[in-house]
Amino acid sequence: MEKILSARFGKITPDNVMEYVEAGGYEGLKKALNMDPVDTINEIITSKLYGRGGASYPTGPKWLKAYDIKRETRYMICNADEGEPGTFKDKHILAEDPFQLIEGMTIGAYLMGSKEGFIYIRGEYLGIQKIVRSAIKNAEEKGYLGKNILGREGFDFNITVVSGAGAYICGENTALIESIEGKAGRPRVKPPYLSHCGLYQQPTILNNVETYSCIPWIVKDGGAHFASFGTEVSGGTKLMCLSGNVKNKGVYEIPFGMTLRELIYDLGGGIPNDKKLKFVHLGGQSGSCFPESYLDTKICYDDLKKNKIALGSGAVVCVDESNCVVDYLRNTMDFFEEESCGKCIPCREGTYRIVQIVDKFIEGTATMLDLEKLRSLASTLKIASFCGLGQSVPIPLLSLINHFEDEFIEHINGECRANVCQMNRKGEK
Amino acid sequence: MDTVKEVMTKYEKTQNNLIQIMLEVQELSGTNSLSYEEVDYVAKELGMTSSKVYGVLSFYAMFGFEPRGKHLIEVCKSAPCHVTGAKNLLKMIEDELAIKVGETTKDNMFTLLQSPCFGACDISPAIKIGEKVYGNLTQEKLSEVLNLYKGGQL
Repeated sequence: MEKILSARFGKITPDNVMEYVEAGGYEGLKKALNMDPVDTINEIITSKLYGRGGASYPTGPKWLKAYDIKRETRYMICNADEGEPGTFKDKHILAEDPFQLIEGMTIGAYLMGSKEGFIYIRGEYLGIQKIVRSAIKNAEEKGYLGKNILGREGFDFNITVVSGAGAYICGENTALIESIEGKAGRPRVKPPYLSHCGLYQQPTILNNVETYSCIPWIVKDGGAHFASFGTEVSGGTKLMCLSGNVKNKGVYEIPFGMTLRELIYDLGGGIPNDKKLKFVHLGGQSGSCFPESYLDTKICYDDLKKNKIALGSGAVVCVDESNCVVDYLRNTMDFFEEESCGKCIPCREGTYRIVQIVDKFIEGTATMLDLEKLRSLASTLKIASFCGLGQSVPIPLLSLINHFEDEFIEHINGECRANVCQMNRKGEK
Repeated sequence: MDTVKEVMTKYEKTQNNLIQIMLEVQELSGTNSLSYEEVDYVAKELGMTSSKVYGVLSFYAMFGFEPRGKHLIEVCKSAPCHVTGAKNLLKMIEDELAIKVGETTKDNMFTLLQSPCFGACDISPAIKIGEKVYGNLTQEKLSEVLNLYKGGQL
């Protein structure tokens, strides 16, 4: 299997620009400098590259729209606020081959006429921030960043690393921008979209680490070649993060079209200790949970969508039969309650109430009415929340209730088949 | 206060640098926290009120306003660690250090915290001490790691 993003992992010194160049780096930028910007963007459209951060918006059309906005100040921003539990792919790119990201941003800057870029890296990745800062410094020294890049008169571009400070919501694009501006990371109302009105109210391009990192390869080897790795709909390869109850946890670069079963059992080695898989939580905490019967679904935006599943960030959390569905839901909802930014009431109060109700299931004091209340709250959050965080809380909640309703009813009857929930107030109702 | 003044010389005095300045001040504080004097000083330098500055900083989980231990031990509690035994690991650390979550050891060496995912799911259950991450921890390995910090090697 050919690797695109992970080809150089472990083979080069991450912050040494010359080693990156010797390993085939900066060929994409050099080619882009001799191409018409629209042709370069068309290659990205042909590549069928979709945003790898979670929202899966097509990158080529997004860049073409941004290109058409003829306003001077533009910022290139990279979202490296990888806070989605179960996701650790961007960490590998940043720590092992950050120049592909830097080159991707530089190509974008050339196309858009941008002079300034920011990489917003989460505060928890302090060690990685140092690697990326050092890589940027070394690129400047060798003329790959700074003034007159690669000798091209007037092509100036600088990148600054900005640190997050521990807020999951800052992975939301507009909240991230608020945070770069030195404010609390609460999301902005959209529209206006970032392409028109982003950082400091200027036109802004914002993409995920993995998305930017695909760009140099696409420009160098052509969009059609990149697309050929994937399916008819989803071009290229994807970094998938396997974690939880699976033998070989880690990041795997796979071509789109592989099934979840192949990923979990062939590459991941299956479930340890001869246990059975109970469910998979795909795409991060805001993704859906589904049982083993869905595993033959291909990893492809379209096939997953037909099963009402989203690929999200590429997190694959495997959960075995020794775990309790209700306890797992409590853990997930606890996360959202803590990370809700507090700006809108449905999300702030809704997540709080959901946790309270799930606790009744854990204690054995819930009734059928509580199950209905959870469904009703889910619908409120979906319809009325301000941003994607609150809107997607119902996805794990409802998918767990729908696939494992019998376990919820068992808890109402005071039983936990996995013996995880204490049921210490059993029968009190 | 010398630390704050020195950090301030590295940054342009604009409000957008607030978070970056405060992260650096906290890192150098030795108590993993920000004092009122430090916050007030930076606020004045940036032309902001201290209430506005607290409004921003208290939004972010990484800032502390009460003195904490020299090393922050963060135990991941997110789903991938949760299903691979994070609760047992937390119990082990609590027993080893004789403190509960949110507390600081008597010698001010460690403060124990629970944290959402920090991207170490491939070695779950994991803990983070400062910028270092440790995973696949058994009782023996945990004691070894903590002893390195207790002995001052790290």
